[in-house]
Amino acid sequence: MNRMITCTVNGKKKELSVDVRQSLLEVLREQLGLLSVKQGCAVGECGACTVLLDDVPIDACLYLAVWADGRSIRSVEGESRNDKLSRVQQAFVDEGAVQCGICTPGFVMAATSFVEKHKHQKVSRYDIRRGLAGNLCRCTGYETIVTAVQKNLDDDDQ
Amino acid sequence: MFNFKSYAKAGSIQEAIQLLEQNPEAHLIAGGTDMLVKLHKGKAQFDHLIDIHDIAELNFITKNNDGDIVIGPLSCFAHVAESALIRKHIPVLSEAILTIGGPQVRNMATIGGNLCNGVPSADSATPLVALNAVVTIEGEDGPRQMPLESFFVGPSRVALKQHEILTAITVTHDNYADYYGHFHKYAMRGAMDISTIGCSAVCKIEDGTLQDLRLAFGVAAPVPIRCKETEAKVRGRKITSELLTDIAKAVTADVRPRTSWRAAKEFRLQIITTLARRVVEQAILNAGGTIQ
Repeated sequence: MNRMITCTVNGKKKELSVDVRQSLLEVLREQLGLLSVKQGCAVGECGACTVLLDDVPIDACLYLAVWADGRSIRSVEGESRNDKLSRVQQAFVDEGAVQCGICTPGFVMAATSFVEKHKHQKVSRYDIRRGLAGNLCRCTGYETIVTAVQKNLDDDDQ
Repeated sequence: MFNFKSYAKAGSIQEAIQLLEQNPEAHLIAGGTDMLVKLHKGKAQFDHLIDIHDIAELNFITKNNDGDIVIGPLSCFAHVAESALIRKHIPVLSEAILTIGGPQVRNMATIGGNLCNGVPSADSATPLVALNAVVTIEGEDGPRQMPLESFFVGPSRVALKQHEILTAITVTHDNYADYYGHFHKYAMRGAMDISTIGCSAVCKIEDGTLQDLRLAFGVAAPVPIRCKETEAKVRGRKITSELLTDIAKAVTADVRPRTSWRAAKEFRLQIITTLARRVVEQAILNAGGTIQ
């Protein structure tokens, strides 16, 4: 049940033969080796598989790979430039917003999209929490993650 | 890998109808956020899929020449909630949709999928039922329309025949102009949760009287319901705190909540009476009214 799809993954054009029964998560991990995309709950509750599809966050576990045809996908692997972490990634490091790390790639992608969408806007910690409501973290208690996003938005130099 | 046996992609409404006719066992898949969870859990009744995910003619939000708001069923929740048209004319729908899931789910899930699942907890259903929304359905016999309220025929059952597809959700101008609304979802968590009870009210007020009230509840019966008896009792009455008390009392006759593992019937009734008062009060305040 294979189909050919063409999509852009982390800036690179890919032609892929995918089974229509495969999730985007499976194709990203198994065909492209993008292991930052984690399968947590597999039912769209934990957000560990969050990737950006045309710059919008989705759960790759509940998205058929064939639907990605003609679209652009971003995962954590494509966020750093010339060995330099993205601002959001660096903010997570600076704030200690990481413990065990399994939720981190998904959080970084959800946070990246939130920051891009709300650039130069005034947002509250509550808004950030709502923006990250689709991602679960069982270690940090979220405070450091919210602070990382807030500092990123407060930073005018972007 | 999801375990379905056949897959066909439809590029248009007509193609989807033809594919449904060809395979009586087939189900439509749109945003996938419910269907793929069911498939993940190995539900065999979804062995045959017709993929309508990318039918462009079903993905739109417009205002037609009559001033009616028409929503394509493949519009994802995020697009509906953030639509300037929806926020301006029927903001109660945006309010309700923003309580659904989290951002990722709202970017994938479609409003048509939410309605066609037919579950009593569908959060997009109560505002639309309160707004007297009409659904357009197309099948081999051509298009037909019906009130959304009668589209829901039972738990997880809607009035679609096997060869039919939902093609539009319409809120007519007379049903939203001069009406103001409010929505509240009572759930155990602030996000990523299913309604224990959902409540939508829209109202029209004039000179301190309640000209019209439309009150809808989710999870208060086997389908999303309107409180028709309550609405009839209070139409035309002065806006006072006694009115709100009477509404809270009257709704118990309109609803039929049941006990499930999420909440007991008695608890749901308590939430229903509390929300009836609070949500109607806020809708009246949103309409510029004051409670005497």
